[in-house]
Amino acid sequence: MDFSLSEEQLMIRDLARDFARNEIAPKAEHFDKARQFPYEIVAKMAELGFLGLPVPEDLGGTGADTLTYALAVEEISRGDASVGITMAAHTSLGTMPFVLFGTDEQKREYVPRLASGKQLWSFGLTEPNAGSDAGNTQTRAELRDGSWTINGVKSFITNSGTTLSGGVTITAVTGRRDDGKKEISNIVVPTGTGGYQVAKDYDKMGWRASDTHELSFQDAHVPEENLLGVRGEGFQQFLTILDSGRISVAALSVGLAQACYDASFRYARERQQFGKSISKFQAVQFRLADMATEIELARLMTYKAAWQKDQGHDFRMAAGMAKLYSTEVATRAANHAVQIHGGYGIMEEFPVARYWRDVKIGEIGEGTSEIQRTVIARLLGA
Amino acid sequence: MNVVVCMKQVPDTTAKKELSPDFTLNREALEKVVNPFDEYAIEEALRIKERSGGAVTILTMGPESAEESVRKALAMGADSAVLVCDSALHGTDWFGTCVVLAKALESIEYDLILTGMESTDARMGLVPAGLAEMLDLPLVTLVSKLEPHDGTVRANRQVSGGYQEVETSLPAVVSVVKGANEPRYPSLKGIMAAKRKTIEKRGLSDLGIPTAQVGLQGAKTQVTAVTPRPEKTAGQVVKPESPEEAARVVADFLQERKFI
Ligand SMILES: Cc1cc2nc3c(=O)[nH]c(=O)nc-3n(C[C@H](O)[C@H](O)[C@H](O)COP(=O)(O)OP(=O)(O)OC[C@H]3O[C@@H](n4cnc5c(N)ncnc54)[C@H](O)[C@@H]3O)c2cc1C
Repeated sequence: MDFSLSEEQLMIRDLARDFARNEIAPKAEHFDKARQFPYEIVAKMAELGFLGLPVPEDLGGTGADTLTYALAVEEISRGDASVGITMAAHTSLGTMPFVLFGTDEQKREYVPRLASGKQLWSFGLTEPNAGSDAGNTQTRAELRDGSWTINGVKSFITNSGTTLSGGVTITAVTGRRDDGKKEISNIVVPTGTGGYQVAKDYDKMGWRASDTHELSFQDAHVPEENLLGVRGEGFQQFLTILDSGRISVAALSVGLAQACYDASFRYARERQQFGKSISKFQAVQFRLADMATEIELARLMTYKAAWQKDQGHDFRMAAGMAKLYSTEVATRAANHAVQIHGGYGIMEEFPVARYWRDVKIGEIGEGTSEIQRTVIARLLGA
Repeated sequence: MNVVVCMKQVPDTTAKKELSPDFTLNREALEKVVNPFDEYAIEEALRIKERSGGAVTILTMGPESAEESVRKALAMGADSAVLVCDSALHGTDWFGTCVVLAKALESIEYDLILTGMESTDARMGLVPAGLAEMLDLPLVTLVSKLEPHDGTVRANRQVSGGYQEVETSLPAVVSVVKGANEPRYPSLKGIMAAKRKTIEKRGLSDLGIPTAQVGLQGAKTQVTAVTPRPEKTAGQVVKPESPEEAARVVADFLQERKFI
């Protein structure tokens, strides 16, 4: 067993760490407060290659492995979770479906501009009546005269309404299968398609600088070739996408939990009460020790899931465990962090207040904790 | 136009430094980085390459671990690197460093040699001058703007209150001042490409330098003792009863020390 990272992985991690420390963290409070998408930061990340990390080099990406991608998401999210999810959703949910399932033309057409970060892309699975029950898609796409006519609504779609947003890949019911069940396919809908409307962004509690919208489709037409890959494989495709996406949400949560720890450690050593720094009190020390321990465990599980994927092993259970554990660890870490900060932890001048708001979404997005447990239990054979 | 950047690996500026019994820095234990001042020289070299072509070579003398920093410079966009590594180099002073770098430069093609203004660990800032002297090349120090063309280089040299415009022939040694530019981050593609670039490793025997000229034995001066800066003493706390008394206490304090 070898836990060492390659020289290249270390360099990319360090670059992401420096970048997050110098370019992201100092501006996180501003973008959070203003509920503004951090265009300048995203542009710089695009230029450095952060928006196409696991995409093969011949499609314009960096060609890094999953572990490297996880390391980068972790460090970027340590600077700001909003930026972390922007990167992770664009990559895992927006770009990878083209890489994994796209036809050769689709790969050539979409992937290079997404990997370079010139455009962002979203994935539209969730609907008002299809959340955890993602298969209950009600959006329909009918093939008529060589084009798909789409009707329906998608909720909470990340990266869908920025000036960089090139479009969204949506799940839609495209017919009935022989067994009577819904036939679900993925359809590519470019921004600006007639009948496709992006609503005003949501006013979120956390990840406030990330871009999230409700989308509606009213007789929106796209050409027949906008079907992603094979008709009727939409359900299987999104399950695969979510399995990988879980690794990046786990990494994001490890980064955010680490940010909670960093702030708490610093504060505990500085803050004096009863004539000494509060880090001398065992009650505070135990919180720090718990945080450090749990974060390290979450990190190990996340890296292991990424490693299993890189080895070509079945990584679904590992990814579910990593996502479940890391997001819950992050929530506990944010809770410890605010407690260690006392009243100052409630004040928005201190970053832990933002961490506390940011951290909760991890347990909900890309499959709630309950759904992770369901997935794990199913894989256990229970 | 071929540019060599002399780059050093230093301990992270925020790291707490420890000395070995021979008063050299214990580099093993520390987080190491590219000397922050050298990043400006690397950036300047890369900009010259982007404007007028040629290659950028990194030249470093240091322990094996310096390879990590050399790799970072390659990831930023430098083309190749020479790393001089030898256990006999332990304790080499600025003079010995110049001997080694000058010798290594004999087998590198260059029109311009760039350095940082000083290293953040030793802070002598003597290497650019020593190197120019040994190579018998013109020297321009503390440069904030640099325009090489047609066998000459024009440079703005920082002086107190402004800058001089200086011109000299090439090849030359130029030290780049802090803040001359904004050093780039290595791109991710740069990092992936860096592993395919070559780092040529040389020892003292490859360069034909006798060990007596370098290391602690070759140093022109010897550190005989090191004294840490005295700890700051605790301040004096006064709790005056009224604003008037507070003003008097402060005024007396300043007067006693002849500030007012
Ligand atoms: C900021 C943000 C960004 C998002 N970005 C995207 C995106 O880009 N694309 C996208 O498609 N979606 C996105 N989502 C949607 C997200 O994936 C869903 O919110 C999530 O899957 C949960 O669905 P829901 O909100 O409808 O909750 P529900 O499914 O209604 O869940 C409500 C509660 O019931 C529980 N529950 C439901 N079913 C079961 C069950 N069978 N057993 C036990 N408990 C159950 C849940 O765990 C939860 O606690 C985003 C969400 C947020 C908040």
